[in-house]
Amino acid sequence: MSGPPGNGIAIDVKGLTKSFGGREVVHDLSMQVKRGSIYGFLGPNGSGKTTTIRILCGLLTPDSGEGTCLGYDILRDADKIKRQVGYMTQRFSLYQDLSVRENLEFVARLYGLADARGAAREMIKRLGLSGREEQLAGELSGGWKQRLALGACTLPSPKLLLLDEPTAGVDPKARRDFWNEIHALAADGLTVLVSTHYMDEAERCHEIAYIAYGHLLTHGTVEEVIAGSALSTYTVTGEDLNELTAALTGKPGVDMVAPFGTSLHVSGRDVAALEASIGPWRDKSNLHWHQSAPSLEDVFIELMGRSKDNFQ
Amino acid sequence: MSAVEHPAHEIRDRFGFWKRSYAMLIKEFIQLKRDRVSFAMIVMLPVMQLLLFGYAINTTPHNLPSAVLLQEDSDLARSVLKALENTKYFRFLYEVHDVEEFDNLLKSGKVLFGVEIPRGFERAVRRGDKPALLVAADATDPVAASAAIGSLGMVVQTALKHDLYIGDPPEMPFEIRAHARYNPAASSSLNIVPGLVGTILTMTMLIFTALSVTREVERGTMEALLSMPIKPVEVMFGKIIPYVLVGFVQAFLIIGIGVLLFGVPVLGNLFLLALLSTLFIATNLSIGYTISTVVQNQLQAMQMAMMFFLPSILLSGFMFPFAGMPAWAQYVGECLPLTHYLRIVRAIMLKGATMQNLRFDALALAILMLVAMTIAVTRFRRTLD
Repeated sequence: MSGPPGNGIAIDVKGLTKSFGGREVVHDLSMQVKRGSIYGFLGPNGSGKTTTIRILCGLLTPDSGEGTCLGYDILRDADKIKRQVGYMTQRFSLYQDLSVRENLEFVARLYGLADARGAAREMIKRLGLSGREEQLAGELSGGWKQRLALGACTLPSPKLLLLDEPTAGVDPKARRDFWNEIHALAADGLTVLVSTHYMDEAERCHEIAYIAYGHLLTHGTVEEVIAGSALSTYTVTGEDLNELTAALTGKPGVDMVAPFGTSLHVSGRDVAALEASIGPWRDKSNLHWHQSAPSLEDVFIELMGRSKDNFQ
Repeated sequence: MSAVEHPAHEIRDRFGFWKRSYAMLIKEFIQLKRDRVSFAMIVMLPVMQLLLFGYAINTTPHNLPSAVLLQEDSDLARSVLKALENTKYFRFLYEVHDVEEFDNLLKSGKVLFGVEIPRGFERAVRRGDKPALLVAADATDPVAASAAIGSLGMVVQTALKHDLYIGDPPEMPFEIRAHARYNPAASSSLNIVPGLVGTILTMTMLIFTALSVTREVERGTMEALLSMPIKPVEVMFGKIIPYVLVGFVQAFLIIGIGVLLFGVPVLGNLFLLALLSTLFIATNLSIGYTISTVVQNQLQAMQMAMMFFLPSILLSGFMFPFAGMPAWAQYVGECLPLTHYLRIVRAIMLKGATMQNLRFDALALAILMLVAMTIAVTRFRRTLD
């Protein structure tokens, strides 16, 4: 199957807006995702990530806005988009009372694969589920359910994968395997849009976007996002960090104080004000200060705090 | 997982409609098979209902408690009473000689029937005066009463043929005056089994499909289903067809038991019966499916199915004779598939009717089915909006 001429862009949408019951969930959202890239979608709960993903695969109609997905118009060509998009829902949405094999065969048949049984058998082998193909999907563990769901999404050889918090509640080993698979798929030319809460996962994406309260706040590579934040961060180690936290919180220029194990991250956008505020503590002998690059998490928490003030 | 080789599967668009419907159908079959309780219900429900209705709820009841007001103790009077008791409809519990006592027994509900044999009865019969034999029935249960009253004349006459005092009279030697207002056309136990085929099918078929779409929504599988390239008509066919088979098995069970246990005849063409039953099953499934596209959750689906089921039982002619209902109720009844199917199944089984006789009802079923399917397909939401 060949879609419309590829211009290197898999998703290209402008001004997407969607309201539910008078509440705007997605506001004027525009984004571009390159073909073959892994695009991370980050943001707090209820920020509109799921809604955006659903608009992209035709499950929701935007109130306004336009755009294309794999070159097809998202408003008019939902049927064509559905054939080439694999959507993995946040909640496990395969049939719990069907076995692994039956679920995969169902998907294969729905997409009209020439050899549904063969395709399912092959996928079971790929997923490492051989010997468990007759087990009911509902009886699988969280990690296996998620692998099966990914297998079902990729079975009809889609060009775009939309994964909505695919690794929520999955152990670290399974998460790593999952991401290796995502990278392998992307290497094959598949475009992947994945929403997540995990910072380590965000850092494994080619590009990320941060969305809060329906607004897309920042996007780019991880480095670009960090550089674009204009956040200065000091890392403090030493004794009585709790006391320091209490003392610094709310001081002018201090936007964020966050403990990281035995150290404390103190960040602010206004360098001068930040340094003035931390001045009295810098020379204390029991504290060690050094300036560091903000972590992605620092940037996001700061963004989240800021967007709360702006939009709530 | 070795994702490096990721072979693109060949996708064929030919016969896409059938393939997708088939995928859905297979899925539904497997789910039905896994759902042990539902699966057991398919068999248990018709069998239980049939045995219950067939044996317990009997419109030709026996041994109805009765009283006799004996104002003359003659041999003929005794003969008449004996004959009445022999019909097995009546069981004489009281023999009274006082009108007031007789009335009280009826009023208090101690007896459902009272037979009054007037003074000078035997003499009047011998003279050919055709005296009145009063049978007072408790009309609060008209169905129970009517069958017993309906049988009175014939049975008593037959019994009296053997009575030496009367000989072989050419006509009724006396008049039976039944005091009950309600007397429907011959209502026999044979009527119940064909009616049950329709009632049980309505109930099970409605509920099975009424739950089908809401169940997918509640289990969260609808979101994935909608993101796949399947069309509303394909979902509908995939969900209806497996249950046509289920309905067919049920109809077969009910008719089979009816024939074997209750001796109900099948006078008409079995193939025609199967064909029109399939139509009726599909109509009910479509209506159930329509319900399922309108409601929000499974509880609402059940409630709405019941709302459809009750009028079906009451206004279709299953419980009460259709012709006896007021005009407005008959109009409502004509909109219910069960009404038409009851006519079809009773006519084929009991009267040996042909397609020619049943054109109108078959057409009505087909129209109801198409209307329901159209509503369902237009109501089916393709998005989560």
